[in-house]
Amino acid sequence: MLALAAIVAAFGPALTSLPIDVLRVLVGGLLLIFGLQWLRKAILRSVGLKAKHDELQIYRQETEAAGAAGSRHSGFDGYAFTVSFKGVLLEGVEVAFIVLTFGANQQRLPLAAAAAGLAVLLVIALGVAARAPLARVPENTMKLAVGVMLSSFGMFWGAEGAGASWPGGDAALLAIVPGVLIAAIALIWTVLRCSPRSALVALVDSVPAQPPENSGEAANA
Amino acid sequence: MRPVEGFFAGVWGFVVGDDWRTALGVVVALALTALLATAAIPAWWVMPVVVVGLLALSILRAARSVSRRG
Repeated sequence: MLALAAIVAAFGPALTSLPIDVLRVLVGGLLLIFGLQWLRKAILRSVGLKAKHDELQIYRQETEAAGAAGSRHSGFDGYAFTVSFKGVLLEGVEVAFIVLTFGANQQRLPLAAAAAGLAVLLVIALGVAARAPLARVPENTMKLAVGVMLSSFGMFWGAEGAGASWPGGDAALLAIVPGVLIAAIALIWTVLRCSPRSALVALVDSVPAQPPENSGEAANA
Repeated sequence: MRPVEGFFAGVWGFVVGDDWRTALGVVVALALTALLATAAIPAWWVMPVVVVGLLALSILRAARSVSRRG
C-alpha cells in the first residue's frame, strides 16, 4: 500500500500539470488501449475462445502453492509477502491509474479520489453483507461493462485532445457508450454464429461449476 | 530475467497487453484525427470507426489462432 501510495503521489501532480489537450490525448489513448484489452478478453471469454476465471480453482491452486512453499511460524514470511505485494501493487496500479486519469482529465482529482474511497467502502460492505464466494460474481459481465466504459471515455477524450469536436459536445457520450456496447455484443453474436465450436464451449462454460477436483488448468488473467 | 528487463517487460505488458497491433492502431487513429482536425476537416468519426475495426480484427486474429491450434 505504501508503494502504491508513493506511485500515486508521484504521478498525480505530474498529470495535472500537463496542458489539457496533451493530457486528453495521453489519457484517452491509454484508457482506450486498456479498454480494448478488457473488451477483447471479455468477448473471447463470452464466446468460449478463452477460459473463464474459476475463482475456486485459482484459490485452491494458490493455497496449494503456498503450502508447498513451506510455512513459517515466526519471523518474516517471504512467500506470503511477495504474493500479497504483487497482487496489491499490480491490481492497485491499474485502478489508481484509472482514478487518477479520470480525475485529472476533469481537473477534479479530489472528487475522483473520494469516489474511489467510497467505492472501496461499498465493496467491503457488500462483501461483508453478502458473504458470497467470488465465484458467484458475474466477473466477465463486469469486465465487459468496464471495457465498454474505458473504451468510450478513452475514445471521447482522445479525439477531443487531438482536436476533433464531437457532435453535441459531452452529450456525444450518450451515443458512444451504447454504440461500443452494441458493437461488442454484435461481435460476440457474430463469433458464436460463425464458430459452432465456440458456441459449444460457451454453452459448457455456462453450466454451474462442479465441486473442486484435483485436476485442471488455471484460467489466464 | 534481470530486474531491469523484468521492469520493462512489466510496463510493456501493462500498457500494451496481449495485442500490440491494437495499441499501435489506437496511436495511428489519434494521429489521423489530429491531422484531419488540423486541416479543419471533421475528424470525430475516425476514432469510432477505427476502434470497432481494431476490436473486430483483434477478435478475428484470436479466433484464427485458436482454430489453428485445433
